[in-house]
Parts: sequence; C-alpha cells; structure tokens
Amino acid sequence: MPQIFHRSTNTLSRLSLFSALFLVALFLSVLAEIERSSYITEADVVREQPIQFSHKHHVEDDGIDCRYCHTSVEQSAFAGIPPTKTCMNCHSQIFAASPYLEPIRESFRTGKPIEWTRVHKLPEFVYFNHSIHVNKGVGCASCHGQVNLMPLVRQVASLQMEWCLDCHRHPERALRPREQVFNMQWQPPADQLEQGRRLAREYNIRSVEELTSCSTCHR
Amino acid sequence: MKMPNRDAVLDLAAVRSHLQESSGKEYWRSLDELAENPHFFELLHREFPRQASEWLDGVGRRGFLKLMAASLALAGLNACTRRPKETIVPYVRAPEEVVPGKPLFFATAMTLAGSAIGLLVESHEGRPTKVEGNPDHPASLGATDVFAQASVLTLYDPDRSQVLTYLEDIRPWSALLGHVRVALDGLRARGGAGLRILTETVSSPTLAQQLRSLLAEFPAAKWHQYEPAGRDPARAGVRRAFGRYVNPIYRLEKADVILALDADFLSCGPGHLRYAREFTRRRRPQPGAAMTRLYSVECTPSNTGAMADHRLPMRASEIEGLALSLAARLGAGPAAGTDGGAAHTEWLAAVARDLQQHRGSCVVIPGEQQSPDVHAWAHAINHALGNVGSTVIYTEPVEAAPVDQLESLSELVRDMDAGRVELLLILGGNPVYNAPADFAFGERLLKVPTRLHLSLYADETSALCQWHIPEAHYLEAWSDARAYDGTSSIVQPLIAPLYNGKSAHEVLAAFTDRPERSGYEIVRDYWKSQHSGGDFEQFWRKSLNDGIIAGTALPPISISLQTNWAGGGSAPVASKREVIESVSGSKPEAFEIVFRLDPAVFDGRFANNGWLQELPRPLTKLTWDNAALVSPATAERLGVSYRISATGGEHGRVFADVVELEYQGRVLEMPVWIVPGQADGCVTLHLGHGRKRAGRVGTGVGSNAYTLRTSGALWMTSGTILRKTGRQHPLACTQFHHNMEGRELVRATSLEEYRRNPSFANEGEAEPPKELSLYPEHKYDGNAWGMAIDLNACHGCNACVVACQAENNIPIVGKTEVMRGREMHWLRIDRYYQGSLDNPQTYFQPVPCMHCENAPCEVVCPVGATVHSAEGLNDMVYNRCVGTRYCSNNCPYKVRRFNFFQYSDWETPSLKLLRNPDVTVRSRGVMEKCTYCVQRINAARIEADKENRPIRDGEIVTACQAACPAEAIVFGNIRDPQSRVARLKAEKRNYSLLGGLNTRPRTTYLAAVRNPNRELEWVKRSGR
Repeated sequence: MPQIFHRSTNTLSRLSLFSALFLVALFLSVLAEIERSSYITEADVVREQPIQFSHKHHVEDDGIDCRYCHTSVEQSAFAGIPPTKTCMNCHSQIFAASPYLEPIRESFRTGKPIEWTRVHKLPEFVYFNHSIHVNKGVGCASCHGQVNLMPLVRQVASLQMEWCLDCHRHPERALRPREQVFNMQWQPPADQLEQGRRLAREYNIRSVEELTSCSTCHR
Repeated sequence: MKMPNRDAVLDLAAVRSHLQESSGKEYWRSLDELAENPHFFELLHREFPRQASEWLDGVGRRGFLKLMAASLALAGLNACTRRPKETIVPYVRAPEEVVPGKPLFFATAMTLAGSAIGLLVESHEGRPTKVEGNPDHPASLGATDVFAQASVLTLYDPDRSQVLTYLEDIRPWSALLGHVRVALDGLRARGGAGLRILTETVSSPTLAQQLRSLLAEFPAAKWHQYEPAGRDPARAGVRRAFGRYVNPIYRLEKADVILALDADFLSCGPGHLRYAREFTRRRRPQPGAAMTRLYSVECTPSNTGAMADHRLPMRASEIEGLALSLAARLGAGPAAGTDGGAAHTEWLAAVARDLQQHRGSCVVIPGEQQSPDVHAWAHAINHALGNVGSTVIYTEPVEAAPVDQLESLSELVRDMDAGRVELLLILGGNPVYNAPADFAFGERLLKVPTRLHLSLYADETSALCQWHIPEAHYLEAWSDARAYDGTSSIVQPLIAPLYNGKSAHEVLAAFTDRPERSGYEIVRDYWKSQHSGGDFEQFWRKSLNDGIIAGTALPPISISLQTNWAGGGSAPVASKREVIESVSGSKPEAFEIVFRLDPAVFDGRFANNGWLQELPRPLTKLTWDNAALVSPATAERLGVSYRISATGGEHGRVFADVVELEYQGRVLEMPVWIVPGQADGCVTLHLGHGRKRAGRVGTGVGSNAYTLRTSGALWMTSGTILRKTGRQHPLACTQFHHNMEGRELVRATSLEEYRRNPSFANEGEAEPPKELSLYPEHKYDGNAWGMAIDLNACHGCNACVVACQAENNIPIVGKTEVMRGREMHWLRIDRYYQGSLDNPQTYFQPVPCMHCENAPCEVVCPVGATVHSAEGLNDMVYNRCVGTRYCSNNCPYKVRRFNFFQYSDWETPSLKLLRNPDVTVRSRGVMEKCTYCVQRINAARIEADKENRPIRDGEIVTACQAACPAEAIVFGNIRDPQSRVARLKAEKRNYSLLGGLNTRPRTTYLAAVRNPNRELEWVKRSGR
C-alpha cells in the first residue's frame, strides 16, 4: 500500500506549524492597522456639507478669526457652530444673491436651521472640553491641522485614545503661548520641549497622572 | 421554581427572646436578622442574591450560551463598522446668554398642596434636566425634597396627556372656547348659578384674583377647594384656639425642646425643608452650644420620630388625651383632663418638666393629620409656655381662601346630587380617585351636564369628564406661588409646553371675555396691578431672577387665645376612648386605621413617576407597593407574618400575608408589613396607590387606601376589622439587600456620654496600620476628594437618592427586577434599629461609594475598568467594563450596581431630553456606581484651571449634598485642612465604615449623638 502523504508533507506541516504563529501575529497587526486606518477613523476624509463652506477662503483669504464663528471655544466644552445669523452678518451684503448661498438665505427666511455634517466626532463616553485646551495653550491647529488651508474641512488626526494620550503624557510637545493659540501660521520653536515645559509650569498644567486619570475624560 | 423549604419564615418569638438576652448596644436592621434564622443568613452571605444572574425568562441556560457564542463571534466584526453620519444643527438666530455646552439656571417654584418651594432649575440648551433648591428662598434655603427632584421626570413623562379631548375625540382649543362661550351665555342670565369650579388648595395670588373676579361676574357661581392632603384639622384647630384662621410658623433655631404630637415636621408639610435645616443646625454637639431635645409621640414611625431623643408610640386617637393631659399639667387646660396620658404618667411628667424649664424656648408641634383638638391644645400649650413670638409665630393665612375643604367638597357633592350643578370645571386634582369614598364622587359627577377637567394625565377624573384639557407642567407654564411664610415667587417656565398644555390661568381666562390672554400676560398683569412706585420692569426682572418677590413674607401678628373654647374638646376624647376600650371584648379585635400620604407618590399624583415608585420608603424600604403597616405585637396577635423567598434567591422578594380590612362595610385587601415602633392596635395605610388610570408606570401599583377613607374619618378611623385571608402577596423590599453582618456600622451615643468620651466612635475597632497593605500607597500632590456624612443630621428623607438618580441618569428597573435585588440606586439609605422591637431607636445611614484608598474593587478587575485616579477617586470606566462583576463581589460596602439588562430607555424621545448630557447613559452588561459626581468635579476644575487658581472649598457640591435639607453630606478636598470636610473629618466622632478592613474609605461618618432626658430611660432594652 503506497503512502498517503509524500515525504515533503513533513516539511510542509513543520513549516505551517511554525508560520501559524507568524500568521496570527500578522492577522492581529493587520487588524490593528485597519483600526488605525482612515477607513475606520475617517481621518482625511472630506465630508459633503449642505453648503460648500471654505475655511481656506474665510480664514486665509479674508483673515477672519476662528472665534468670530466658533464663539464659545474659550468658555465651553463645545466650540460652537455659528447660527445662520452669523453668516448673514456678511452675506446679506456680499454675495447676497449668490445661488451658492441660497440654503443660508432660506434658513434665515424660514427659521429652519442648516444641518451640517459633523467632521470631528468623539465617542459618547468621551467628554472633551475645548475651553480648557484653548486656555492652556493648545493651538487649534494642534488637533485640527491647517484648517486655514482646507477648502472643505477634514479631520487630520485619528482622534483615537492613543492620540489623545500621546499629548496628555507629553503636554510640553504641544503647548504654545496663549496669544498664539488661534494663530494658524505659528510654528514650534527649535527648543519647543524646553519652551513647552516652561509654559506648562507657567500655566499650571496638571501633572501627567492627573491628565491621564480615566475620569479626566470619561465619566 | 418553588422550593418552600428554603423559605425563611419569620419567627417573632425568637426575635423577642434574642432581644431580651442581648446586652450592650445592638443594632439590627431587619426582624429576620434578629431571629437568627439560618435560611436568612444563607441569603445574606451571597453577594448578589442567589440566581440574580440567572436567566429567569423563557430562554434556558443552554440556549443562552449558544446565543452568546454566536454573538461573541459576530462581536469581533463590530470594529469594522463605521460610525453613522452625524449632523450638527446650530441655531438660526442664537438666543442671548445661551452658550452651547454650558447650563443655565433659572429660578422658579414648585407648589405642592398649596405650599411652594423655591427652585433653581438647570437648563441645557433649553431643556430642564435637574432641579436644585434656591438658597435665597425661605422654604428651600438651597435644599429640595423628593417631589421637587423627581418633577423633571414627570415633565418628560411620555404618558402625560397630550391632546385636548371632547368625549375622547381630539379637539382644538378653539372648540373648547366656543363650547364655554355658549355655556356661559346660558348661565349668565341666572348670575352663574350652576357654574362650579373645583380646585386644589390655591395659594397662587394670580389664580385667586382670577377666581374672585370670575365670581364677581357670576355671583351665584361657587368655588370649591379640595385636596386629599388638605390641612383641615390644622385650620380647624387654629380657628378653635384663636377664633379665626391664622398660619403658625415655627422657629426651630430658637427651640431647645421640641415636642412633636404625631407631627412629621422634618419631612412633610409646609416649610419642612426649612424646619429640617433649622433643627439640624441646633443638633450639632458643639461645645458650649445647647443641643435641641426632641420628643415625639406618634402612631406610626416617621422620619421625625426616628430623630427623636424620646419617642412614644401611641395610637393616633390617644394622642388627643395626651395633649389634654399635658395641657393640664402646664396650666393651659382644665385640670380634669389629666387621665388622658395615664399609662405614660412618668413620661409625660418628665416632658412637662422639661418644657416648663424651657419656657419661651420650647415648642409643641401638632401633626397635620391630628385632630383639631390636638392642634388647639398645642397652641394653648405654646401660649401658656410663652413660646408665642419666640419659637412660634402666627401670620395671616397663606392660602387664598382657607376654607374647610371637606365641607366645601361635600357641598359640591350635595349640589351635584341635587342637580344644581350645570357646569363643573375641575382645575387639577383627581377627585374621582381621591375624594372620600362615601361621597361616591364619580357617580355624582355624572349628574353634571358639562364637566371639564384640567390635569397632567388623562386620569380617573378625566375619564368621567367630557372635556379633558392637558395641563402644562409647572416647568412649562407661568404662574405664581406662595411659600409657608407667605413669600411669593413667580413660577417661571423653563420650556414651552411639550404637548400644548394649558395652565389653570389660561383655562380660567377662557371663562372671561379675554380668552386669548396668555399665562405670562395674566401673571404679569396681576403683579403690575400690585406694584406701586418704582420701575415695574426692574421689579419684575429682579423677582424673576431672585425667585422671590421681595417683601412678600407675611409679618407676624399678635393674637390672643379664645377664652371659652376648651370645653368643646373633651367630649370627643371620651367617646374615642370608649371605642378603644370596647375592643378588648370578645368581639373580633377592632383596629384603628391611620391614613398617611405616601412618602414617595404623595396623594397619588406622582404614581406614574418611576423614580418615586422605585424609591425605598424611608422606614419600610418597600418599593412599588404599599402595605398595611402593623406593629410586631399586632402581627403576632393576628398571626400574620411574611417570608423571604429564597426561590430564585431574590433578597428583594418578600411574600407578605394579605389581610382584608373592613371598615363600615367597605373592604380592602392588602399585604401586611411589620414595622417596629408602630403603635399597637393601629394600622397605617399609605394613600396614593392602586391607581386605575395613572399611566404605564403607576396603573395598578399597590392597593387603593382611599376606598376605606370616608368623610367622617379622613385621617383616622376606629373599629376596623382585620381578617387574615391566607393568601400572600409578593413585595419588593430593599431591606434585606446588602446587609452588613451586624458590625458596628452605625455608631451612636448620648450627649452626656459624648461629652465624657468624645472619641467613643473610634473605640473597639482600630484601623490596621497603613503598611499592612500589599499594594503601594497612593501619593497625592493636588486635590484629594472626600466626603463626610453626619449621621446625627440625616433623617432619611431620600432627597439625596432621587437627586443622585436625576443627576447621574440612573435608570429604574421595575418591581420584578427589584425583587431580584437589582435596583440601581448609587446612593442608598440604610436604616438601623437599636433597642426594643416595639419602640426602637432608628438611625439612617446614607451609603454611597466609599472611594477607598485601598479599594478592593480595583485590584480584581481583569480589564482595568475601575482604577484609582490621581485625586483619589475610584474611577469607573464604562467603556472598558466587560461585566465580570468581580468588583462588586469584592466590594465590602455593596455599593456597585450592575446593568443586568438594558435598563436605560434609549428609545422614548421625550426621555432623551431628560438626560444629563454630562453623564454617560449606561448600557447593559456594565457595572456602575457613585462617582462623587465627577462631572461636577471636572466642571469646577476646568473653571478653576482657566482662572489659574485652586478650586475653592464649597465650589464642588455633589448632587446629594445639594439636595440635603439637613446639611448631612459635606464634600471637599481633604488635603486642605481648612476645608469644611477636613474639619468635619478631624472631629472625634468621625469614623470609617468597616475601617478594620484597611480599605481606608474616603467617605466617613460622624457618629450620631442623641440628647436624651436624664429622667427618662433612653433606649428601652426589654422586648415589651
């Protein structure tokens, strides 16, 4: 009776036993990469908006400060999305008849608010607060990227917990003088780490233990 | 499922023998614990009740495992789903002052039974989510009660009536206006004869003005008032004593000795929050400051009785005799009446002496439900002791028309019966359900041709009225209200009516020639007419902002006692005593029934409020039911008992014997509950249950005690027969949950003993040295949060429990789940007894999470879902929790709660508005517990950090602390020696719960100190 398996099967089985470990590791790392990919995080994905509002035009070309529209960023957890009235402050005068802006005029006429698509979304169990970050010298661009160069806003960071913790563990890397928080052109100085540590002392930034306690963000 | 041999049946004889044998101080929490029933102890030793985690529904264990395996396999795919698109909807025109993400607080007031409490209501982008007390309001002083706390849930209740109906058909408001117009045109010719308006107690100045002007237009029309919680006896008593109705106000901060005659002044009645505050401020055992002494005579245990230094259980009907006898001793009444308290001569003599020694600084408080005579005698005693002007003052009445409400209602009923009523407008209230049973209100109501009913719910009365008008909740409508001392407040709406509800003002306006006037205009115009001099707009805005209208508190008036009233009082006393004596014959024993408002659902109006239904009643710890409360001795005589059901292991499920109560031919069946400290021969029934049309939550819960309540005996009856039916009824009781095994959990002593040995609370059990822990010690550089709870102040009113529920989005679980021991309250109040079965001392102990330094829960969590924060909080991370429940297993305080099912309602749209946006709404399979209101800590920390300053002491107020009328809970930074909490923890009577376990809890307790009279025995040891 001939042998069912050829001798080479031995090698194959040894190889497959050995490579199973690698396969599992590979599978897990692929999963981890998928989890971090923009397919899941939706980073760098440009969202369709009811009005093709360009931050690039309004910030870069017109020089409007972030806080003109995002009024509550310094006081509240929520930075604030401007009411239709804010748009109409200017657009009742300029581009007053542009067909592009018809949804705004319609909203203003009818009292029906504009429904914007949310770009930066955190899970419900995360309680992020804009005001404390802005007040402690974290610039808008540190998290939101160069919004001043984006015709349509996209999320640049992964917004995953490891990304948050990266900064909460090393706040000195991201701190800038308070007066530079809304400056989109600000570049970190060569001695950023040193400057950051100085600012952390000056602004009484809480200790890493406090910044990384679970209840700082989750409750 | 039934395994009767496992059931723990209560043996009262064993309880008594145990109590008699014991020596030294002993605290007990339930009768079974005392009886040392082995089955009971077996129940206790299990962490979650036996089979609490078992699947008791149709799916078996195997089926469940199969399902779980499949769903686990699929769960991995979860990560591959992308989150759905979400929109942000900004305002079109942003309102002034609204900062998205920041709550605003508005002052308003809530009226209950004609007396208002000033509130500050938290509003998140236009939705009221949480009620706090208004510190500037005299009846609140920043505190709230359970009803105010739970009122936000009623606002969003999806069962509230939502449409105006005529014979069950939906009609527009204009149809009602037309109908009223035609009807009024017909009535006008006869001066309005046949037009009747029935209201609850009216204290709103605007509503009173509207009613008066309507009566002026229709002189033959009549206005009736009825409220089941009415204060008729109090009014009649004052009238008897002084010849006219005046409003008594007590000033407990000046009282050294208080005698409560069946009065639960700490937890109900007008001004109770203020009384609780004033009382506890005088109860702190501070060196050099005299401590108030409280005597309480009562028929059924109350929160006030639990705080008393000497409590005397006595049938409600006998209290009149005692009052008379006391009056005679104190020279306030005829000397002939001294036999009333014959059985308690010694007690009475000691109390009388104590009162005599504190002339001008003592006070006798009669109970709201006691007879007019007791009220009259109490006023006479206060007068004779020179208390008037110091501890008790009198003002003009707060109510717009202080009438005898029973008489007012019976007149209406007579007229309805005689066909003299053509149009009846019922503004609020539910008389078909809660009018005295002998009035047969429902039947007679049907004789009225046109019936209109304004109410929050389409209830029993609405069902019998052609027109039902949905009422606007007080958080939706403009109105005004007066507090116990007359202080007026504008009731300011927080939100537009959710269901186009109308306020009483707007409905009454429909009866005038200006039906289009809004509630706002009506209230504002009234106050404009009352305002003289100065800028009205400024006055109005200031009144709205402050929550009180300056200068409206009623001034004290001087008033003298009638001279010839005393004679009328003694006759009923004698007749009542005859009734009592007659019971000792061979006939079936006749019992006395006392009716009490339910501590949670009040007169039944809150029956559809799940927070209140599930609230363990302060003394019985029953939820979702009422029971006939009897004393242990009475239960023994009747042969009734209860057994704790071990089948299914539900600590929460108790099978109580059902009795049949018969009074004047009316019969009611009810389970019996044995209450230590209840007067013998007296049965207490809580009103407000057994609703037929309350809504999904409240319909059919409990038994309707109104069916036994007749106009002749509104608050107490005698001659009721109790018969054992042989059936049993399951009750959901939290009494047997989380028992702490008879350790010295509550510590208490007398003032004398405390002065001698201030550190009595820390003797015996020494805390082990810190080094004993295997784990490294935590180091703190910044704040370290802690809490101190004063057991001497807590009177168990439950406000903190509901406040916690509202603040932290805590779900209710329903009766079946409570019976399985799965209630979700983060803060529970344990009630302990000490001493004899028939008249024990009672202590309350609120137990939130202890936030241990060496937390046993933290070290056993396999996924790091509960961890220590840098400020010493014991953080609970919901998104990490996988539901092993090891933490709860290892928690010695049993303060962790597990979501066995999806308890939170994620579907009902109106309930979404209710949620606190700063707290995660938990899903099933997740453990949760008290967080020290970490959302409030974070909010304060962020504000302080933005201003670059440390968090101030008192800046963070937890929800329970804010609600507490007794200031029993103090929270703060224990590393700051100047903080209030650190100072309290430095007191010698501060102790840790189960400190011997080396858990080093952050929540500690201040031992209770009672102030007994040396002439009287403090804690009775004997069984009888």
